Parts: sequence; C-alpha cells; structure tokens
Amino acid sequence: MNAADSPEAEIVLRLSGITKRFGALVANDAISLSLRRGEVVALLGENGAGKTTLMNILFGHYTADEGQIEAFGEALAPGDPNAALAAGIGMVHQHFTLADQMTVLENIVLGTRSLWSFNLGTAAARDRIRALASDYGLEVEPDRMIADLSVGERQRVEILKALYRQARILILDEPTAVLTPMETEALFVTLKKLVAAGLSVIFISHKLGEVQSVSDRVVVLRGGKLAGERKTADATRRELAELMVGGQLPVNQVGPASPGAILFELRGISTRTMGGAALANVSMQLRGGEITGLAGISGNGQAALAALISGTREAREGDIVVHGESAGKWSPRSALDRGLGRIPEDRHATGMIGDMSVAENVISEAYRSPRFSRMGFLDWKAASAFASDIIKAYDVKCPSPDAIVRLLSGGNMQKLILGRALDGNPDIILASQPTRGLDVGAVAYVHARLIEARDRGAAVLLISEDLDEIQTLSDRILVIHRGRLSKPSARGEMSIMELGELMAGHGLDEGASDAA
Amino acid sequence: MRLEPRSTRSAAATILWPAGAILATLFFSSVLVMIAGASPFTVFYLVFKGAAGSPFALVETLTRATPLIFTGLAVAVAFRARLWNIGAEAQLYLGGVMTVVLGTGAVTIPSGGLIPLIMVAAMLTGALTLLGPAILKTRFGVDEVVTTLLLNFIVLLFVSMLLEGPLKDPMGLGWPQSKRVIAEAQLPRLIQGKRLHFGFVLAIASAAVVWVIMKKTVLGYEMRAVGHNAEAARFAGIPVNRVIAKTALLSGGLAALAGFSEVAGLKGNLTLDLSPGYGYTGIVVAMLALLNPLGVIAAAIFVAGIFVGADAMSRSANVPSYIAQVMVATSLLTMVAAIMLMRYRVRWR
Repeated sequence: MNAADSPEAEIVLRLSGITKRFGALVANDAISLSLRRGEVVALLGENGAGKTTLMNILFGHYTADEGQIEAFGEALAPGDPNAALAAGIGMVHQHFTLADQMTVLENIVLGTRSLWSFNLGTAAARDRIRALASDYGLEVEPDRMIADLSVGERQRVEILKALYRQARILILDEPTAVLTPMETEALFVTLKKLVAAGLSVIFISHKLGEVQSVSDRVVVLRGGKLAGERKTADATRRELAELMVGGQLPVNQVGPASPGAILFELRGISTRTMGGAALANVSMQLRGGEITGLAGISGNGQAALAALISGTREAREGDIVVHGESAGKWSPRSALDRGLGRIPEDRHATGMIGDMSVAENVISEAYRSPRFSRMGFLDWKAASAFASDIIKAYDVKCPSPDAIVRLLSGGNMQKLILGRALDGNPDIILASQPTRGLDVGAVAYVHARLIEARDRGAAVLLISEDLDEIQTLSDRILVIHRGRLSKPSARGEMSIMELGELMAGHGLDEGASDAA
Repeated sequence: MRLEPRSTRSAAATILWPAGAILATLFFSSVLVMIAGASPFTVFYLVFKGAAGSPFALVETLTRATPLIFTGLAVAVAFRARLWNIGAEAQLYLGGVMTVVLGTGAVTIPSGGLIPLIMVAAMLTGALTLLGPAILKTRFGVDEVVTTLLLNFIVLLFVSMLLEGPLKDPMGLGWPQSKRVIAEAQLPRLIQGKRLHFGFVLAIASAAVVWVIMKKTVLGYEMRAVGHNAEAARFAGIPVNRVIAKTALLSGGLAALAGFSEVAGLKGNLTLDLSPGYGYTGIVVAMLALLNPLGVIAAAIFVAGIFVGADAMSRSANVPSYIAQVMVATSLLTMVAAIMLMRYRVRWR
C-alpha cells in the first residue's frame, strides 16, 4: 500500500539486542526490531510483555542494560529524552502530558522556544498548527483550553505536539484505550495520512482487531522476548493471538441467562462532582442470574457509580434498595453486611494494601467476624488458613500467606481480590474494570468466575471500558455518558457502532436515565 | 540518578542499613570533634564509658532512657498509622500537670490506689490533647503536623501560666515550680540510693503491651492497614477515622506517661524544664527503631547513652556536650536516608 511494502525502503530506526532488567525480572530480553520509512509497525503483546519498557528505553526514559538504538543511521544517546526528540522521535503516552489550564497552542509550543526569547512566535505557530491539523485530519482549535477538550481531541493535540517538533517517527502507546470506536476510526485515517507523508509509526496495542486494520507489520512480544514477527497481510488473527499468549487461547462459554428477582436497585441517584463526571438521576435494577454490563468512555461517571455502590462515596439524592428494602445510610461496612461482593477498579490503590501480607489482605473485609477475631485479638491461624484456601482455590501464584502483596503480579493480586470478594457467595457483585491490565489467561479466569457467580444466581454489575468484554459477558448492557444512563439493551441487540454512538452521547435524551 | 523500588528486603538489610546509619553518624560527628581539637576515637570511647562504663553510668543512662521509651512509643504508634504526632512534648507536659494536680495532696489514698489513678488520669489528659488535632485532621483535613507542633508552644506557655499561678508552690521562694508530690504518689526507686525508678519498668511493660497491640489485636491490624493504605482500608470497611482517633488516644496517652513518670519517679515536682525535648527526641527514637515497639527500648537506651556519655565526656575531653545533640540529630537524618535505601535501589546512569 505504500513505501513499506518494498523491502528496500530506508530503515529509519533500528533497535538491536535491547535487554533491560529490573532486579530478577528481565523486562526486555535481547529484543531487536527495525522500522522502515512510511511503515506502521504494531507492537503487540499482553500487559507485562515488555512493550512499554521497550518504548521507554527508545524514548530515553530508561537506559537499556545492553543493546543499541540507531535512528536515521546514527546512534542514539541512551537515557536522554532530548536526544530522542532531536532525532525526530515523538511519543504519545497512554496518559497525556498536557497542561490543563493552558491552550492547545501553548501546550504545543511549550519547550520548543528558548528561555531567552521574548515572544512565543504565536502567529507563526498558529499557522503551522492549523496547516498540520488540516493536512493530517487532526482538527482542533489552537486557542481552546485543554481542560475544555474531549479525550479524543487531547490525543490529537499530543500528536500535533510531536509533529510540530518535526517528529519523523511517532510512537503511540495504546492510543485507542481512551477512544470511542468512531474516534478510533478517525485516528486510523490520520495514521494512514502520516505514513503516506513518509513518517513511520510504532503502534503499541494488545487489541488484535486494531493491529490488523492499521499496521503493515506486527512484532509480537511475550514475556519480555520477541515472540515473532509477521507481515500483517500474511498473518491470521488466530496466529497472532497464539503468538501473543504462547499457546491455545482459553475460551469461556457464556450460556443463556436465567434472570431472577431484582436484588439491587438504584433509584434516582445523584452525586456531587469529585474527579470525573458526577451521577445525574441514575436508576438501575440488577437481577439475580444476570450480568449487567455498564459501557462508557473513561471518566463519564463509572468511578462515581462504583464508589457509590461500594459505599466509599455518598449520594446527594436518591435511594439504594437491596433485596427490596431501602438500605438507608450506605457505607463499605453496610455494603458488606448486606452481602455485596466488590471488586474495585484500582487494585493497587483501593483493592489491596501492598505493604501487608496476603493473609492480612484477605481478611480485611471480614476481620471483625468471629471467624477471624475474638475479644479484640486476631486469630492469625484462621487468617493464614483462609489465605491458603484462596491461594489454592483461585490458583494464586505466591510463596505463602505471609508473602507481601506488593510483590505479586497484577493477575495474582486480582485473584486475591476475587477470592476475598466472592467468599461466602455474595448474591450482588460489583466488578469494576475487573480485568484491566491482566494477561489473557487471567482475564479468562476472572470472566469464568463472574459467569459462575451469575449461574448460581448472583446479580453482577460489570463496569468496563473494554467493549469486547462488555459484549461477551453482559446479558444486558447499559451505557453511561456524562453521568447519565442509557436504556438497557439485551445481549446482541446493539452493534459495536451503535454502542459507540451511545458512548459518545448521541441518542441519550434527558429522560433516558429515568427509564433505565 | 534515579530510585528504583526494591522487590525484596532481606532480614540482614534491616540490621545492616541502620547499623550503617549509626556508623555514618559517628563519621559526621567526628569531623566536628576534630574541629573542636580532640581525637574522635578518644571522644567516642569517653562517650561510651560515660554511658555504660560503670554501674553508675549505666543506671543514669537507663534513667534518661525512661521518658524516651514512652515518647518513642507514642511516636511509633502514631507514625505507624500515619498520624504525624509531633506533639509528644505537649502531651508529656500535660501528663506532668495532671500528676501534680492529683499527686500533691488533692487526693489522699494509699499508693496502691493513688499511683494507678494518677497514671490513668495523666494518660487521659495526653490522649485528649492529641484527640483534638486528630479530629481536625479527619473532619476538616487540617494537617496534624502543624497543629501538634504548634500545640507544643501553646501547652508550654499554659504550663508556665499554671506554674506562675494556680499550681505555684507557695513555699517555692518565687520559682515557677509546683508543690512536690506526696509520698504516696511517688514511684519507688528500683535501686536504693540510685535515680533509676519504677517508671523504667512501666516503660518496658508499655513497650511489650504496645508490641502485643500492634501484632496481635484487631486495633493494631487496623492501625497498620490505615497507615499503609488508608484508601484500601476504607474500601474494605475499616472505620478509618475512628482508627485514627483511637491511635491518637493511645499515642497521646503514652507520651503523657513520660511526664507522669518523670514527675512521680524522678523530679518530684513540675517545672518548666521537666523535659529537654524528650517529645522531639522521641521522633528520633521511633525512627531509629523503625517504628518497632521493642526496638524503641534499644533505640531509647542508645540515644540516652549518647546524652549521658557526652556530658561525662565533655568534662574530661573539653569537647562541648552539644555534640550529643548533633549526633542525635544526625542519626535521625542518616536513619531516614537508610530507611529510604532499604526500600529503593539508587541507580546512577
């Protein structure tokens, strides 16, 4: 389709034998890859495969223990982001690095002018930004404040920032994680224009579909090693998936649901704004034996909803109804007492206490019960036994109940949280981003446990930003946008594009929340 | 230079890094000793001899360590739950105030009843002193470092007012000092004719009790959970604010015991120089002990030894005894550095 197809196209970037160790962990093991002019290379791999580490080395955030990097035929000084910038390498991070209270223009120009120059050269900069924007389909108004932009627009600013600095090589780290399906399409159009203009792109992702639609070549990393390299056109989806996982893909069978009684209900809940959107008159009903999926773009009130149900945040208005009875004052304690199992969004910040042991962590919701304490004294034997049970039943890889949780992998931590939350078979389960950052095996495991809970009659609310996950697991789907809920739709009733429309706020009228 | 978190921590490292911190302290102080014109080896030998070289020296060191064990425990307990109690000095003085309020004749019952009564009253006073800042922290988000630190000055002026007014000893020749506590309120001496008193036993017992609380009880578990990750603790249903309040009560009570034990065991009355900064030195003690209650005993004896030994040393080596303060302050800095190096690996690129 372009220059990249010819093998003799100039190699603009060459990584040879990059090795990076963190203590005993080898994050990158002798990885070599090259990038040609006008080519999109997808870097595919699960979380923890070493993609981000490799790119951080390329961009100078880390220094490799071994190996060299060459950009445009010249060696790149290691450990110096400025050298990478000067060599024409631009990076768009997963988490944006923009100053909210400055304009698009100011953010783009930031750092490009000498400290001693008296003006920003605003007029010339504005013209250049406009030109770049229209050339590559990155429309954004230079004088708007970053705080007023949508996530997709912010990403365009990040790309413009790199282009403004005359980047010839663009690295995008999981760029679609924060985008709606439509925004993703627009991004891909931009990428095609960029490579047509002779730029080269490294596209980091763990989503096969995107990799197939956007890249010329796929480099697969697994466990810090180069697992394989394929021309996208020649590779099947299955082949790539197996390279990524290193074996057969685990498949979960989701049987038909048999919805029961309404176990949990929100009635007209509104919250105050506190980081992310607040909830506005949200009502929902969760039935036993059913997984309700809540889709939405990050920051549209999912966090507020999860915190509200978990009990860590109070409602300004509205009622929580559990088993048909109004719950009254709601707190983490009352949520637990009424039989909620809760899987929090952030396992490091909220789910686990990293510096405490496995045993200390698994009893944190039940330590006051007679099972674990008597007369104010804890029964460490019982705690240890409980931890051992979870380690065994949930296949947690950890040396002992005394192991410090911080040293476990994300997947193992999540299994501990599952074990703690599902202990005693709660009949209402809140799973907030339960598989974020997990490898494919762990994702399948978490899904299986949620389906299992559904099949024994629990009401499950699954909050996720991963539409595939929502569509696979949910018997009923709700979409949240700016703190409001859409009408529920049954499994398979809506296409991914229709869901995308709802996620972007189209077709959500004012009354929709009440009808939910 | 960058810091990378260590994935493991060996048992040896928890001994070696603090030991390294103490060596570094000796190294830095020897520079000052040499500026003062003395040989560091002689000076450190004299400090050691002055602190532990004779039964008399040892007893004096243990006497001096007693209030430091109490304040060290107070700080260790509070810091464990991330309640930054810089106000042990104030709690100590108010414990002393309560001791003279009840112990100078207002209540006359036998020792067996009076001493526990005063002890409990003193602990309550200190506990309530810290409860204020703790509530300000949990209710309004007021930084307890600021409130507890400033309370020290307020309390010291308050004590000064009491000693010039209601608590002033009419027989004190006009000095700002309280009446002496009655015999029934005095803690017995452990060795006939020596200054070491029953307060030392109380301090050791308190350390043991605090150790049991931290390791074995629900409260200790809650305190550690809140200290390590308050958000996760709250999510799990641990009543974070109540735990902070309980921590404040325990910490303030322990600090007040230092004041009680100094007045009832050693000084006999309350003056404005009851504490030469035991409340602040308690922070050093707790950090040197890595917040371990049993470690506090050793750390307090170590710090007390430096003070006692430096006094003896300055008489013979002509180096000012201020060197003790320098050493203690430096040991806090090196210890904080050592704690960081225990957790992180430094990478030079």
